[in-house]
Amino acid sequence: MVIDELHDRCGEWLKGDGPQSDIVMSSRIRLARNLADFPFIRRCNDIDRANIESTVRERLGREGAFTTLNFFNVAKLNSLDRQLLVERQLISRELSNADGARAVAIDSSERLSLMVNEEDHLRIQVMKSGLNLDGAWEQINQLDDDIESRLTYAFHPKFGYLTACPTNAGTGIRVSVLVHLPALAITHQIEKVFRSLQKINLVVRGLYGEGTQAMGDFYQISNQVTLGKTEREIIDQVADVIPYVIDYERKARQYLLDEKQNDLFDRVSRAYGTLQTAQQISSEETMYLLSRVRMGVNLGLIDNLEIPNINQLFLRTQPAHLQKICQQALDTDQRNVERANYLRRQLKRDDTDAQSN
Amino acid sequence: MKCQKCEKPATFHITDITGKEGLLELHLCPDCAKHYLQTGEGQQETPKISGVLSTQLKLEQTAEDLKELDGKECPICGISFYEFRQAGRLGCPHDYVFFGEELEPLLINVHSGSQHVGKQPKRGVRDTESQTELIRLRREMKEAVQEENYERAQELRDRIRSIEGEGQSSE
Repeated sequence: MVIDELHDRCGEWLKGDGPQSDIVMSSRIRLARNLADFPFIRRCNDIDRANIESTVRERLGREGAFTTLNFFNVAKLNSLDRQLLVERQLISRELSNADGARAVAIDSSERLSLMVNEEDHLRIQVMKSGLNLDGAWEQINQLDDDIESRLTYAFHPKFGYLTACPTNAGTGIRVSVLVHLPALAITHQIEKVFRSLQKINLVVRGLYGEGTQAMGDFYQISNQVTLGKTEREIIDQVADVIPYVIDYERKARQYLLDEKQNDLFDRVSRAYGTLQTAQQISSEETMYLLSRVRMGVNLGLIDNLEIPNINQLFLRTQPAHLQKICQQALDTDQRNVERANYLRRQLKRDDTDAQSN
Repeated sequence: MKCQKCEKPATFHITDITGKEGLLELHLCPDCAKHYLQTGEGQQETPKISGVLSTQLKLEQTAEDLKELDGKECPICGISFYEFRQAGRLGCPHDYVFFGEELEPLLINVHSGSQHVGKQPKRGVRDTESQTELIRLRREMKEAVQEENYERAQELRDRIRSIEGEGQSSE
């Protein structure tokens, strides 16, 4: 697999299938792990970082499950390729922007990504389409066992898996569910939902993690506590609350259909119309409008579009993907024009054509 | 030192982990500290929504204690407590042992306890000492190279290799 093959593909979290996929985009679990015989990243020099990378690559590459992974040397990738991986949620911004030896291993289905030399030596991540935390845990737990049979993790009987930041110590687990909540946003109930989630120690973030805005009404709901609970308890804490969030969003959608039908139809058709006709458009506005259209499709207000196609548009209208599609570097103004061109092309086609592109 | 919110003497020294920006320090009187901790005030600037975890470091710690603590350095990786407070990141696995006493209240505050109950490495937790020894030796070797003391660096490299070798053969 080479990076240039990626932008044509769909990626696991945008497949648009799996349980509750009208509202839940993806389920993701990541584990933070460190090698026992190296300092944490902050106290690593270039040689340590290079040693960690080569140790991981060599031990995992020997045999078994990891030989089929694609290993990318992130330090050697140009900024456009790194941005592409960030947009696909295969690497973090932190890994993309860091200095020194660092890498990522990705499987061809883009469900698994293994970052080397991020905040911790290893960040293992498994992603599943729709609401499927059990599936994600089963896979990542096995992978973790396999890695642990090849490398010695930093572990302490009291503090568990030792991480660079004490907020991740213990299980090192972060369980995240990416949800699309446009109706809660329109009906101004989203803040209320967030406050109740905070009260039970869950964290809500934007699409691209810490400190990012909630673009396109996408929110990640994840755990905060990593120590003093088992992995199962932490997963269940997130898993148990998601049905309530889904239920609130469905009720808000039903309310809009029952009580604000004209207003709802107007929002959805204006959004669709703008995307079909705009001559230049920013990625923020695109996200905002696609969010409305996505809800419109889910509510049966637009019948010539499918959810996977819209999910694709969310991804392919982002800066790095757009430049890959246009096969040239574009500045912001040029991107806004090309983005509008791309959207007009995609949204005028019928379903069968759109799916193959 | 005066309380940052009123004129009373500050007896509470609170450190909040504010994600990427490192740690936020507050010096408060008992009343203001109680208010701050109970209401979660202060989280407004860096709301929990952005994944921020907040906690107080250790209550009723005098400024002098804190200063002394700040100077404490891990013998393995060399990170000082001050550097950890500034960055919010530890330097090596041994810091959890070396700064254990200071970290424990922080961990209890962020998490639901300070005792790990999740999965454990199947191979058991053996050889932690030889692992931290490796971190220390690597650091000493770097220092020796910097000081152009190549004889010492060579010696250290041989010891590192021999410990690494033991690890390999016992796997």
